[in-house]
Amino acid sequence: MAEASVYELAVIGAGPAGLSAAVAAAERGLTVALVDAGAQTGGQYWRHPDERHLDAFARPESSGHHHWAHYRDLRARLARAVEQGRLVHLPGRQVWRIDRDDTLLTLRTTPTSGADAADAAAAPERVVRAERLVLATGAYDRQLPLPGWTTPGVMAAGGVQALLKANQVTAGRRAVVAGTGPFLLSVAAGLADAGVEVVAVCDANALSRWAATPLRAIQEPGKLREGVGYAATFVRHRIPLRTRTVVASVAGTGRVSHVTLAKVDARGRIRPGSERTIEADLVALGWGFTPQLELAIGLGARTRVDVDSSLVAVADADQRSSVPGVYLAGEATGIGGAVQSCAEGELAALTAAVDAGRSDDPRARSRLRRRIARGRRFAVGMHRASPVPADWTTWLAAGTTVCRCEEVDAGAVRATVHDLAADDPRDVRVTARPGMGLCQGRVCGFALSCLVAAETGRTAEPIDLEPLAKRPLAAPLTVADLALLADGKD
Amino acid sequence: MTAPPPDGAREFSFDGRAIAFREGQTIGAALTAAGVTSWRTTRITGEPRGLFCGIGVCYDCILTVDGRRAQRACVTPALDGQIVRSDDPAEALPLTGEVDG
Repeated sequence: MAEASVYELAVIGAGPAGLSAAVAAAERGLTVALVDAGAQTGGQYWRHPDERHLDAFARPESSGHHHWAHYRDLRARLARAVEQGRLVHLPGRQVWRIDRDDTLLTLRTTPTSGADAADAAAAPERVVRAERLVLATGAYDRQLPLPGWTTPGVMAAGGVQALLKANQVTAGRRAVVAGTGPFLLSVAAGLADAGVEVVAVCDANALSRWAATPLRAIQEPGKLREGVGYAATFVRHRIPLRTRTVVASVAGTGRVSHVTLAKVDARGRIRPGSERTIEADLVALGWGFTPQLELAIGLGARTRVDVDSSLVAVADADQRSSVPGVYLAGEATGIGGAVQSCAEGELAALTAAVDAGRSDDPRARSRLRRRIARGRRFAVGMHRASPVPADWTTWLAAGTTVCRCEEVDAGAVRATVHDLAADDPRDVRVTARPGMGLCQGRVCGFALSCLVAAETGRTAEPIDLEPLAKRPLAAPLTVADLALLADGKD
Repeated sequence: MTAPPPDGAREFSFDGRAIAFREGQTIGAALTAAGVTSWRTTRITGEPRGLFCGIGVCYDCILTVDGRRAQRACVTPALDGQIVRSDDPAEALPLTGEVDG
Protein backbone atom coordinates (compact mmCIF):
# COMPACT_ATOMS: atom_id res chain seq x y z
CA MET A 1 0.00 0.00 0.00
CA ALA A 2 1.33 3.45 -0.86
CA GLU A 3 2.59 5.77 1.89
CA ALA A 4 0.11 8.29 3.29
CA SER A 5 -2.58 6.66 1.17
CA VAL A 6 -6.29 7.05 1.59
CA TYR A 7 -7.74 3.74 2.69
CA GLU A 8 -11.05 2.62 1.27
CA LEU A 9 -12.10 1.58 4.76
CA ALA A 10 -10.92 2.34 8.29
CA VAL A 11 -12.07 0.11 11.13
CA ILE A 12 -11.81 1.26 14.74
CA GLY A 13 -11.61 -1.58 17.24
CA ALA A 14 -10.14 -5.07 16.85
CA GLY A 15 -12.55 -7.00 19.07
CA PRO A 16 -15.02 -9.52 17.63
CA ALA A 17 -16.90 -6.88 15.55
CA GLY A 18 -13.95 -4.86 14.26
CA LEU A 19 -11.76 -7.86 13.55
CA SER A 20 -14.58 -9.51 11.61
CA ALA A 21 -15.24 -6.30 9.68
CA ALA A 22 -11.59 -5.70 8.82
CA VAL A 23 -11.00 -9.26 7.63
CA ALA A 24 -14.22 -9.43 5.60
CA ALA A 25 -13.56 -6.05 3.97
CA ALA A 26 -10.00 -6.96 3.00
CA GLU A 27 -11.24 -10.25 1.56
CA ARG A 28 -13.80 -8.29 -0.52
CA GLY A 29 -10.87 -6.36 -2.01
CA LEU A 30 -11.01 -3.11 -0.04
CA THR A 31 -7.85 -1.50 1.27
CA VAL A 32 -8.26 -1.43 5.04
CA ALA A 33 -6.69 0.25 8.07
CA LEU A 34 -7.52 -1.43 11.40
CA VAL A 35 -6.90 0.95 14.31
CA ASP A 36 -7.09 -0.47 17.83
CA ALA A 37 -6.29 0.72 21.35
CA GLY A 38 -5.19 -2.79 22.28
CA ALA A 39 -1.62 -3.97 21.82
CA GLN A 40 -2.95 -7.05 20.00
CA THR A 41 -6.28 -8.10 18.49
CA GLY A 42 -9.15 -9.71 20.40
CA GLY A 43 -10.76 -6.75 22.17
CA GLN A 44 -12.14 -7.29 25.65
CA TYR A 45 -13.86 -10.56 24.80
CA TRP A 46 -10.83 -12.37 23.37
CA ARG A 47 -8.28 -10.63 25.57
CA HIS A 48 -5.34 -12.99 25.97
CA PRO A 49 -1.68 -13.07 27.06
CA ASP A 50 0.95 -11.21 25.03
CA GLU A 51 1.45 -13.35 21.91
CA ARG A 52 5.19 -12.55 21.88
CA HIS A 53 5.69 -14.09 25.32
CA LEU A 54 3.28 -17.01 25.55
CA ASP A 55 5.98 -19.21 27.09
CA ALA A 56 6.10 -16.86 30.11
CA PHE A 57 2.54 -17.84 31.03
CA ALA A 58 1.54 -20.99 32.90
CA ARG A 59 -1.71 -21.59 31.01
CA PRO A 60 -2.47 -21.57 27.28
CA GLU A 61 -3.71 -18.35 25.65
CA SER A 62 -7.15 -19.91 25.12
CA SER A 63 -7.75 -20.30 28.89
CA GLY A 64 -11.23 -19.21 29.91
CA HIS A 65 -12.28 -18.43 26.34
CA HIS A 66 -15.35 -19.28 24.26
CA HIS A 67 -15.33 -19.47 20.46
CA TRP A 68 -11.51 -19.49 20.53
CA ALA A 69 -11.26 -21.46 17.29
CA HIS A 70 -13.24 -18.70 15.57
CA TYR A 71 -10.85 -16.08 16.94
CA ARG A 72 -7.82 -18.05 15.71
CA ASP A 73 -9.38 -18.24 12.27
CA LEU A 74 -9.97 -14.47 12.19
CA ARG A 75 -6.43 -13.84 13.44
CA ALA A 76 -4.94 -16.04 10.72
CA ARG A 77 -7.03 -14.33 8.03
CA LEU A 78 -5.94 -10.93 9.36
CA ALA A 79 -2.29 -11.97 9.14
CA ARG A 80 -2.86 -13.14 5.56
CA ALA A 81 -4.49 -9.85 4.56
CA VAL A 82 -1.57 -7.94 6.12
CA GLU A 83 0.95 -10.12 4.25
CA GLN A 84 -0.85 -9.52 0.98
CA GLY A 85 -0.71 -5.77 1.54
CA ARG A 86 -4.48 -5.31 1.65
CA LEU A 87 -4.68 -4.39 5.32
CA VAL A 88 -2.64 -2.27 7.73
CA HIS A 89 -3.00 -3.10 11.41
CA LEU A 90 -2.29 -0.17 13.76
CA PRO A 91 -2.38 -1.57 17.33
CA GLY A 92 -1.84 0.39 20.53
CA ARG A 93 -3.40 3.58 19.18
CA GLN A 94 -6.48 5.44 20.42
CA VAL A 95 -8.50 7.62 18.08
CA TRP A 96 -9.10 10.92 19.82
CA ARG A 97 -10.79 12.86 17.04
CA ILE A 98 -12.43 12.25 13.66
CA ASP A 99 -13.01 14.97 11.07
CA ARG A 100 -15.30 14.35 8.15
CA ASP A 101 -15.84 16.14 4.86
CA ASP A 102 -17.71 15.09 1.73
CA THR A 103 -15.24 12.47 0.60
CA LEU A 104 -12.89 11.79 3.45
CA LEU A 105 -12.73 10.79 7.11
CA THR A 106 -9.60 11.86 8.99
CA LEU A 107 -8.80 9.90 12.15
CA ARG A 108 -6.29 11.36 14.60
CA THR A 109 -4.63 8.89 16.92
CA THR A 110 -2.43 8.89 20.01
CA PRO A 111 -0.53 5.99 21.60
CA THR A 112 -2.41 4.01 24.28
CA SER A 113 0.69 3.99 26.49
CA GLY A 114 3.86 6.01 26.32
CA ALA A 115 4.15 8.70 23.65
CA ASP A 116 5.09 9.15 20.03
CA ALA A 117 8.69 10.03 19.33
CA ALA A 118 9.61 13.70 19.33
CA ASP A 119 9.25 13.84 15.55
CA ALA A 120 5.66 12.64 15.93
CA ALA A 121 4.55 14.75 12.99
CA ALA A 122 6.38 12.34 10.73
CA ALA A 123 4.73 9.18 12.13
CA PRO A 124 2.31 7.99 9.42
CA GLU A 125 0.08 6.19 11.94
CA ARG A 126 -0.80 9.44 13.72
CA VAL A 127 -3.30 10.38 11.03
CA VAL A 128 -5.37 7.82 9.12
CA ARG A 129 -7.45 8.91 6.13
CA ALA A 130 -10.24 6.77 4.76
CA GLU A 131 -13.26 6.97 2.49
CA ARG A 132 -15.44 4.90 4.83
CA LEU A 133 -15.38 3.93 8.48
CA VAL A 134 -16.65 1.04 10.61
CA LEU A 135 -16.99 1.99 14.28
CA ALA A 136 -16.57 -1.17 16.35
CA THR A 137 -15.65 0.56 19.56
CA GLY A 138 -17.10 -2.00 21.98
CA ALA A 139 -18.24 -1.49 25.53
CA TYR A 140 -17.10 -1.54 29.12
CA ASP A 141 -18.69 -2.58 32.43
CA ARG A 142 -21.59 -0.44 33.53
CA GLN A 143 -21.23 0.61 37.15
CA LEU A 144 -23.54 1.71 39.94
CA PRO A 145 -21.98 3.49 42.92
CA LEU A 146 -22.42 2.04 46.41
CA PRO A 147 -20.98 2.99 49.80
CA GLY A 148 -17.31 1.96 49.86
CA TRP A 149 -16.93 1.24 46.12
CA THR A 150 -13.80 3.38 45.87
CA THR A 151 -11.93 1.08 48.28
CA PRO A 152 -9.00 -0.65 46.53
CA GLY A 153 -10.01 -4.24 45.88
CA VAL A 154 -13.37 -3.19 44.41
CA MET A 155 -13.10 -3.61 40.65
CA ALA A 156 -15.18 -3.80 37.53
CA ALA A 157 -15.98 -7.44 36.78
CA GLY A 158 -14.48 -7.02 33.30
CA GLY A 159 -11.25 -5.72 34.78
CA VAL A 160 -11.00 -8.72 37.08
CA GLN A 161 -11.47 -10.92 34.04
CA ALA A 162 -8.89 -8.95 32.02
CA LEU A 163 -6.32 -9.58 34.76
CA LEU A 164 -7.13 -13.29 34.54
CA LYS A 165 -7.24 -13.63 30.76
CA ALA A 166 -4.38 -11.35 29.67
CA ASN A 167 -2.10 -11.50 32.68
CA GLN A 168 -3.04 -14.75 34.45
CA VAL A 169 -3.17 -12.79 37.71
CA THR A 170 -5.91 -13.15 40.32
CA ALA A 171 -7.02 -9.83 41.82
CA GLY A 172 -7.67 -11.31 45.29
CA ARG A 173 -8.10 -14.48 47.35
CA ARG A 174 -11.72 -14.26 48.56
CA ALA A 175 -14.10 -12.72 46.08
CA VAL A 176 -17.66 -11.44 45.96
CA VAL A 177 -19.00 -11.06 42.40
CA ALA A 178 -22.09 -8.85 42.22
CA GLY A 179 -24.41 -6.85 39.99
CA THR A 180 -26.64 -8.48 37.43
CA GLY A 181 -26.51 -10.59 34.29
CA PRO A 182 -24.87 -13.75 32.96
CA PHE A 183 -21.44 -12.10 32.63
CA LEU A 184 -21.08 -12.37 36.42
CA LEU A 185 -21.21 -16.17 36.09
CA SER A 186 -18.39 -16.11 33.58
CA VAL A 187 -16.20 -13.97 35.86
CA ALA A 188 -16.98 -16.08 38.95
CA ALA A 189 -16.22 -19.32 37.10
CA GLY A 190 -12.92 -17.87 35.83
CA LEU A 191 -11.90 -16.82 39.33
CA ALA A 192 -12.81 -20.20 40.82
CA ASP A 193 -10.89 -22.07 38.13
CA ALA A 194 -7.86 -19.90 38.93
CA GLY A 195 -8.03 -20.90 42.61
CA VAL A 196 -9.86 -17.91 44.08
CA GLU A 197 -12.45 -18.66 46.75
CA VAL A 198 -15.67 -17.13 45.42
CA VAL A 199 -17.69 -16.55 48.59
CA ALA A 200 -20.79 -15.20 46.86
CA VAL A 201 -22.20 -14.39 43.45
CA CYS A 202 -25.00 -11.88 43.91
CA ASP A 203 -27.52 -11.04 41.21
CA ALA A 204 -29.93 -8.24 42.08
CA ASN A 205 -32.59 -9.90 39.94
CA ALA A 206 -34.50 -13.15 40.38
CA LEU A 207 -33.67 -15.97 37.98
CA SER A 208 -37.41 -16.28 37.36
CA ARG A 209 -37.14 -13.21 35.13
CA TRP A 210 -35.54 -15.49 32.53
CA ALA A 211 -38.83 -17.42 32.37
CA ALA A 212 -40.27 -14.52 30.37
CA THR A 213 -37.64 -15.02 27.65
CA PRO A 214 -39.02 -16.75 24.56
CA LEU A 215 -37.69 -20.28 24.18
CA ARG A 216 -36.47 -19.48 20.67
CA ALA A 217 -34.19 -16.82 22.08
CA ILE A 218 -32.63 -19.19 24.61
CA GLN A 219 -31.90 -21.61 21.78
CA GLU A 220 -29.26 -19.18 20.56
CA PRO A 221 -26.33 -21.40 19.60
CA GLY A 222 -23.71 -21.81 22.28
CA LYS A 223 -25.53 -19.87 24.98
CA LEU A 224 -27.08 -22.92 26.58
CA ARG A 225 -23.77 -24.78 26.51
CA GLU A 226 -22.00 -21.83 28.14
CA GLY A 227 -24.67 -21.72 30.85
CA VAL A 228 -24.36 -25.42 31.58
CA GLY A 229 -20.57 -25.04 31.79
CA TYR A 230 -20.87 -22.31 34.42
CA ALA A 231 -23.42 -24.33 36.41
CA ALA A 232 -20.99 -27.27 36.53
CA THR A 233 -18.17 -24.97 37.72
CA PHE A 234 -20.42 -23.52 40.41
CA VAL A 235 -21.33 -26.98 41.70
CA ARG A 236 -17.72 -28.18 41.60
CA HIS A 237 -16.43 -25.18 43.57
CA ARG A 238 -19.56 -24.87 45.76
CA ILE A 239 -20.08 -21.25 44.74
CA PRO A 240 -23.26 -19.86 46.30
CA LEU A 241 -25.42 -17.96 43.78
CA ARG A 242 -27.60 -15.46 45.67
CA THR A 243 -30.40 -13.88 43.69
CA ARG A 244 -32.28 -10.71 44.68
CA THR A 245 -29.12 -9.86 46.57
CA VAL A 246 -26.83 -6.83 46.30
CA VAL A 247 -23.64 -5.57 47.85
CA ALA A 248 -25.02 -2.91 50.19
CA SER A 249 -21.61 -1.60 51.26
CA VAL A 250 -17.90 -2.34 51.27
CA ALA A 251 -15.53 -1.65 54.15
CA GLY A 252 -11.77 -1.80 54.62
CA THR A 253 -8.81 0.44 55.36
CA GLY A 254 -6.70 0.77 52.24
CA ARG A 255 -8.07 -2.54 50.96
CA VAL A 256 -11.42 -4.32 51.02
CA SER A 257 -11.82 -6.45 54.15
CA HIS A 258 -15.60 -6.73 54.67
CA VAL A 259 -18.59 -6.78 52.35
CA THR A 260 -22.18 -6.34 53.47
CA LEU A 261 -24.77 -8.19 51.38
CA ALA A 262 -28.49 -7.47 51.53
CA LYS A 263 -31.66 -8.90 50.02
CA VAL A 264 -33.67 -6.57 47.80
CA ASP A 265 -37.26 -6.44 46.58
CA ALA A 266 -38.23 -6.43 42.91
CA ARG A 267 -37.52 -2.69 42.62
CA GLY A 268 -34.11 -3.09 44.23
CA ARG A 269 -34.96 -1.66 47.65
CA ILE A 270 -32.95 -3.25 50.46
CA ARG A 271 -35.04 -5.37 52.83
CA PRO A 272 -34.31 -3.98 56.30
CA GLY A 273 -32.73 -6.56 58.58
CA SER A 274 -31.49 -8.75 55.71
CA GLU A 275 -27.94 -7.35 55.83
CA ARG A 276 -25.12 -9.81 56.42
CA THR A 277 -21.40 -8.98 56.53
CA ILE A 278 -18.78 -11.38 55.21
CA GLU A 279 -15.01 -11.24 54.82
CA ALA A 280 -13.57 -10.75 51.35
CA ASP A 281 -10.62 -8.94 49.75
CA LEU A 282 -12.04 -8.58 46.22
CA VAL A 283 -15.39 -7.30 44.97
CA ALA A 284 -16.10 -7.60 41.22
CA LEU A 285 -19.03 -5.43 40.11
CA GLY A 286 -20.91 -5.39 36.83
CA TRP A 287 -24.35 -4.12 35.81
CA GLY A 288 -24.30 -4.96 32.14
CA PHE A 289 -22.24 -2.84 29.77
CA THR A 290 -21.99 0.70 28.45
CA PRO A 291 -21.25 1.05 24.74
CA GLN A 292 -18.27 3.26 23.92
CA LEU A 293 -19.97 5.96 21.85
CA GLU A 294 -17.92 9.14 21.93
CA LEU A 295 -16.63 8.75 18.38
CA ALA A 296 -20.10 7.94 16.99
CA ILE A 297 -21.64 10.90 18.82
CA GLY A 298 -18.76 13.13 17.79
CA LEU A 299 -19.57 12.31 14.16
CA GLY A 300 -23.21 13.18 14.76
CA ALA A 301 -24.58 9.64 14.46
CA ARG A 302 -28.16 9.22 15.64
CA THR A 303 -28.60 7.46 19.01
CA ARG A 304 -31.39 5.85 20.98
CA VAL A 305 -31.93 4.37 24.44
CA ASP A 306 -31.85 0.56 24.26
CA VAL A 307 -33.87 -2.02 26.23
CA ASP A 308 -31.10 -2.12 28.85
CA SER A 309 -31.32 1.70 29.32
CA SER A 310 -27.93 2.24 27.67
CA LEU A 311 -27.45 4.87 25.00
CA VAL A 312 -26.58 3.10 21.72
CA ALA A 313 -25.95 4.25 18.16
CA VAL A 314 -28.69 3.59 15.60
CA ALA A 315 -27.75 1.22 12.76
CA ASP A 316 -30.02 0.29 9.85
CA ALA A 317 -30.57 -3.34 8.77
CA ASP A 318 -27.24 -3.23 6.88
CA GLN A 319 -25.23 -1.63 9.74
CA ARG A 320 -25.21 1.87 8.23
CA SER A 321 -25.23 4.70 10.77
CA SER A 322 -27.17 7.91 10.10
CA VAL A 323 -23.89 9.47 8.88
CA PRO A 324 -23.03 8.68 5.24
CA GLY A 325 -19.97 6.46 4.95
CA VAL A 326 -19.98 5.51 8.63
CA TYR A 327 -21.02 1.99 9.68
CA LEU A 328 -21.57 0.50 13.13
CA ALA A 329 -20.88 -2.98 14.43
CA GLY A 330 -20.93 -4.75 17.76
CA GLU A 331 -21.78 -3.41 21.19
CA ALA A 332 -22.02 0.20 19.96
CA THR A 333 -25.37 -0.75 18.37
CA GLY A 334 -26.69 -2.44 21.54
CA ILE A 335 -25.12 -5.02 23.85
CA GLY A 336 -25.45 -8.43 22.20
CA GLY A 337 -22.28 -10.40 22.84
CA ALA A 338 -19.42 -11.69 20.70
CA VAL A 339 -21.25 -13.94 18.25
CA GLN A 340 -23.64 -11.12 17.44
CA SER A 341 -20.77 -8.69 17.11
CA CYS A 342 -18.96 -10.91 14.60
CA ALA A 343 -22.05 -11.08 12.38
CA GLU A 344 -22.55 -7.30 12.57
CA GLY A 345 -18.91 -6.68 11.72
CA GLU A 346 -19.06 -8.93 8.70
CA LEU A 347 -22.30 -7.35 7.48
CA ALA A 348 -20.90 -3.84 7.98
CA ALA A 349 -17.92 -4.80 5.81
CA LEU A 350 -20.10 -6.31 3.06
CA THR A 351 -22.32 -3.23 3.04
CA ALA A 352 -19.31 -0.92 2.90
CA ALA A 353 -17.95 -2.97 -0.01
CA VAL A 354 -21.25 -2.64 -1.90
CA ASP A 355 -21.37 1.11 -1.19
CA ALA A 356 -17.80 1.35 -2.48
CA GLY A 357 -18.94 -0.15 -5.77
CA ARG A 358 -17.75 -3.72 -5.22
CA SER A 359 -19.94 -6.64 -6.23
CA ASP A 360 -22.76 -7.56 -3.88
CA ASP A 361 -23.31 -10.91 -2.19
CA PRO A 362 -27.02 -10.64 -1.40
CA ARG A 363 -27.27 -14.19 -0.03
CA ALA A 364 -24.45 -13.65 2.44
CA ARG A 365 -25.97 -10.37 3.51
CA SER A 366 -29.44 -11.80 4.09
CA ARG A 367 -27.95 -14.77 5.99
CA LEU A 368 -26.14 -12.29 8.27
CA ARG A 369 -29.27 -10.16 8.69
CA ARG A 370 -31.21 -13.24 9.87
CA ARG A 371 -28.35 -14.20 12.18
CA ILE A 372 -28.32 -10.71 13.68
CA ALA A 373 -32.09 -10.66 14.18
CA ARG A 374 -31.91 -13.96 16.06
CA GLY A 375 -29.05 -12.71 18.22
CA ARG A 376 -30.97 -9.55 18.93
CA ARG A 377 -33.93 -11.56 20.25
CA PHE A 378 -31.63 -13.30 22.70
CA ALA A 379 -30.07 -9.99 23.74
CA VAL A 380 -33.47 -8.43 24.41
CA GLY A 381 -34.41 -11.45 26.54
CA MET A 382 -31.16 -11.10 28.46
CA HIS A 383 -31.68 -7.38 29.03
CA ARG A 384 -35.26 -7.91 30.24
CA ALA A 385 -34.03 -10.63 32.65
CA SER A 386 -31.21 -8.49 34.01
CA PRO A 387 -32.33 -4.88 34.38
CA VAL A 388 -30.68 -2.30 36.60
CA PRO A 389 -33.06 -2.22 39.60
CA ALA A 390 -35.47 0.70 39.37
CA ASP A 391 -34.77 2.04 42.87
CA TRP A 392 -31.03 1.38 43.12
CA THR A 393 -30.32 5.01 44.03
CA THR A 394 -31.88 4.30 47.45
CA TRP A 395 -28.62 2.45 48.33
CA LEU A 396 -26.65 5.67 48.24
CA ALA A 397 -25.70 7.52 51.41
CA ALA A 398 -25.21 11.30 51.13
CA GLY A 399 -21.46 10.79 51.34
CA THR A 400 -21.27 7.99 48.75
CA THR A 401 -18.91 8.96 45.93
CA VAL A 402 -20.69 9.06 42.56
CA CYS A 403 -17.94 10.54 40.36
CA ARG A 404 -14.68 8.79 41.25
CA CYS A 405 -12.48 11.27 39.35
CA GLU A 406 -13.78 14.54 40.76
CA GLU A 407 -14.91 12.99 44.07
CA VAL A 408 -18.49 14.28 43.87
CA ASP A 409 -20.85 12.51 46.26
CA ALA A 410 -24.54 11.71 46.00
CA GLY A 411 -25.40 14.48 48.46
CA ALA A 412 -23.75 17.07 46.23
CA VAL A 413 -25.61 15.80 43.15
CA ARG A 414 -28.96 15.87 44.98
CA ALA A 415 -28.27 19.33 46.37
CA THR A 416 -27.52 20.60 42.87
CA VAL A 417 -30.90 19.37 41.68
CA HIS A 418 -32.86 20.69 44.66
CA ASP A 419 -31.05 23.86 45.68
CA LEU A 420 -29.70 25.05 42.35
CA ALA A 421 -32.60 23.82 40.18
CA ALA A 422 -30.36 21.85 37.86
CA ASP A 423 -32.88 19.62 36.11
CA ASP A 424 -30.90 17.47 33.69
CA PRO A 425 -27.60 15.57 33.92
CA ARG A 426 -25.80 18.18 31.84
CA ASP A 427 -26.77 20.98 34.21
CA VAL A 428 -25.65 18.93 37.19
CA ARG A 429 -22.40 18.10 35.44
CA VAL A 430 -21.39 21.68 34.77
CA THR A 431 -22.48 22.80 38.24
CA ALA A 432 -21.21 20.10 40.61
CA ARG A 433 -18.58 18.71 38.19
CA PRO A 434 -19.44 14.98 38.24
CA GLY A 435 -18.19 13.43 35.00
CA MET A 436 -15.67 16.23 34.39
CA GLY A 437 -12.52 14.36 35.44
CA LEU A 438 -10.04 12.23 33.54
CA CYS A 439 -12.54 9.52 32.58
CA GLN A 440 -14.96 12.19 31.30
CA GLY A 441 -18.04 10.54 32.76
CA ARG A 442 -17.45 7.11 31.24
CA VAL A 443 -17.78 5.48 34.66
CA CYS A 444 -20.42 7.66 36.37
CA GLY A 445 -22.43 8.94 33.37
CA PHE A 446 -25.14 6.29 33.53
CA ALA A 447 -25.40 6.42 37.33
CA LEU A 448 -25.54 10.20 37.26
CA SER A 449 -28.41 10.17 34.77
CA CYS A 450 -30.32 7.70 37.01
CA LEU A 451 -29.69 9.79 40.09
CA VAL A 452 -30.86 13.01 38.44
CA ALA A 453 -33.92 11.19 37.02
CA ALA A 454 -34.75 9.87 40.50
CA GLU A 455 -34.59 13.41 41.89
CA THR A 456 -36.48 15.14 39.09
CA GLY A 457 -38.93 12.34 38.30
CA ARG A 458 -38.06 12.63 34.59
CA THR A 459 -36.53 9.64 32.77
CA ALA A 460 -33.32 10.25 30.86
CA GLU A 461 -33.76 10.55 27.07
CA PRO A 462 -31.06 10.52 24.38
CA ILE A 463 -30.98 14.31 24.61
CA ASP A 464 -29.99 13.96 28.30
CA LEU A 465 -27.55 11.10 27.78
CA GLU A 466 -25.71 12.30 24.68
CA PRO A 467 -23.98 15.23 26.41
CA LEU A 468 -22.61 12.76 29.00
CA ALA A 469 -20.96 10.77 26.20
CA LYS A 470 -19.96 13.79 24.11
CA ARG A 471 -16.22 14.32 24.44
CA PRO A 472 -14.46 16.83 22.16
CA LEU A 473 -11.30 14.81 22.78
CA ALA A 474 -12.18 11.11 22.78
CA ALA A 475 -9.03 10.28 24.74
CA PRO A 476 -6.77 12.35 27.01
CA LEU A 477 -3.76 13.47 25.03
CA THR A 478 -0.64 15.50 25.39
CA VAL A 479 -0.42 19.21 24.74
CA ALA A 480 2.21 18.32 22.14
CA ASP A 481 -0.42 16.40 20.13
CA LEU A 482 -2.72 19.43 20.14
CA ALA A 483 0.12 21.75 19.20
CA LEU A 484 0.83 19.67 16.10
CA LEU A 485 -2.83 19.99 15.13
CA ALA A 486 -2.70 23.78 15.55
CA ASP A 487 0.53 23.98 13.54
CA GLY A 488 -1.10 22.04 10.73
CA LYS A 489 1.86 19.67 10.80
CA ASP A 490 -0.15 16.60 9.97
CA MET B 1 -0.54 -19.47 38.14
CA THR B 2 2.12 -19.11 40.83
CA ALA B 3 5.00 -20.63 38.87
CA PRO B 4 7.97 -18.27 38.51
CA PRO B 5 8.74 -16.88 35.06
CA PRO B 6 10.67 -19.57 33.23
CA ASP B 7 12.91 -17.22 31.32
CA GLY B 8 14.66 -15.50 34.20
CA ALA B 9 13.59 -12.74 36.52
CA ARG B 10 12.25 -9.54 35.05
CA GLU B 11 11.87 -6.66 37.46
CA PHE B 12 10.85 -3.05 37.61
CA SER B 13 11.23 -0.66 40.49
CA PHE B 14 8.08 0.59 42.23
CA ASP B 15 8.84 3.42 44.69
CA GLY B 16 12.22 1.77 45.17
CA ARG B 17 10.85 -1.76 45.67
CA ALA B 18 11.68 -4.49 43.14
CA ILE B 19 8.55 -5.98 41.52
CA ALA B 20 8.92 -9.20 39.52
CA PHE B 21 6.75 -9.75 36.45
CA ARG B 22 6.25 -12.05 33.49
CA GLU B 23 7.02 -10.56 30.10
CA GLY B 24 3.76 -9.49 28.55
CA GLN B 25 2.11 -8.46 31.82
CA THR B 26 0.97 -4.91 32.51
CA ILE B 27 2.39 -2.84 35.36
CA GLY B 28 -1.01 -3.05 37.07
CA ALA B 29 -1.07 -6.84 36.84
CA ALA B 30 2.47 -7.16 38.21
CA LEU B 31 1.66 -4.86 41.14
CA THR B 32 -1.52 -6.84 41.85
CA ALA B 33 0.41 -10.12 41.77
CA ALA B 34 2.90 -8.59 44.24
CA GLY B 35 0.04 -7.68 46.59
CA VAL B 36 0.11 -3.93 45.90
CA THR B 37 -3.46 -2.72 45.46
CA SER B 38 -3.17 1.07 45.52
CA TRP B 39 -0.63 3.53 44.15
CA ARG B 40 -2.34 6.86 44.01
CA THR B 41 -4.17 9.17 46.41
CA THR B 42 -7.02 11.38 45.31
CA ARG B 43 -6.69 15.15 45.22
CA ILE B 44 -9.54 16.10 47.54
CA THR B 45 -9.96 13.39 50.16
CA GLY B 46 -6.59 11.67 49.83
CA GLU B 47 -8.22 8.27 49.29
CA PRO B 48 -6.01 5.42 48.03
CA ARG B 49 -6.78 4.18 44.50
CA GLY B 50 -5.51 1.41 42.27
CA LEU B 51 -7.07 -0.72 39.54
CA PHE B 52 -10.80 -0.27 39.01
CA CYS B 53 -12.00 -0.79 35.44
CA GLY B 54 -8.82 -2.66 34.53
CA ILE B 55 -9.24 -2.01 30.79
CA GLY B 56 -8.11 1.58 30.25
CA VAL B 57 -11.43 3.40 30.68
CA CYS B 58 -11.48 4.90 34.20
CA TYR B 59 -7.96 6.37 34.65
CA ASP B 60 -8.08 5.52 38.37
CA CYS B 61 -4.84 3.52 38.18
CA ILE B 62 -2.54 6.23 36.84
CA LEU B 63 1.08 6.40 37.99
CA THR B 64 4.44 7.72 36.78
CA VAL B 65 6.47 5.48 34.47
CA ASP B 66 10.08 6.47 33.67
CA GLY B 67 9.23 10.08 34.48
CA ARG B 68 6.13 10.15 32.31
CA ARG B 69 3.11 11.04 34.46
CA ALA B 70 -0.51 9.87 34.29
CA GLN B 71 0.17 6.51 32.66
CA ARG B 72 -2.52 3.87 33.10
CA ALA B 73 -1.07 0.89 34.99
CA CYS B 74 -3.72 -1.40 33.47
CA VAL B 75 -2.63 -0.87 29.85
CA THR B 76 1.06 -0.03 30.22
CA PRO B 77 3.33 -3.03 29.64
CA ALA B 78 5.85 -3.82 32.38
CA LEU B 79 9.45 -3.64 31.12
CA ASP B 80 12.71 -4.73 32.69
CA GLY B 81 14.39 -1.90 34.59
CA GLN B 82 11.42 0.49 34.42
CA ILE B 83 11.21 3.12 37.17
CA VAL B 84 7.60 3.26 38.37
CA ARG B 85 6.43 5.77 40.97
CA SER B 86 3.15 6.12 42.81
CA ASP B 87 1.34 9.34 42.07
CA ASP B 88 1.16 12.09 44.66
CA PRO B 89 -1.08 14.94 43.53
CA ALA B 90 0.55 17.36 45.99
CA GLU B 91 3.96 16.87 44.46
CA ALA B 92 5.21 19.64 42.18
CA LEU B 93 5.71 18.85 38.53
CA PRO B 94 9.36 18.37 37.61
CA LEU B 95 10.91 21.54 36.26
CA THR B 96 13.10 19.77 33.76
CA GLY B 97 12.36 16.99 31.30
CA GLU B 98 9.14 16.22 29.57
CA VAL B 99 5.90 17.23 31.23
CA ASP B 100 2.76 15.89 29.70
CA GLY B 101 -0.15 13.53 30.11
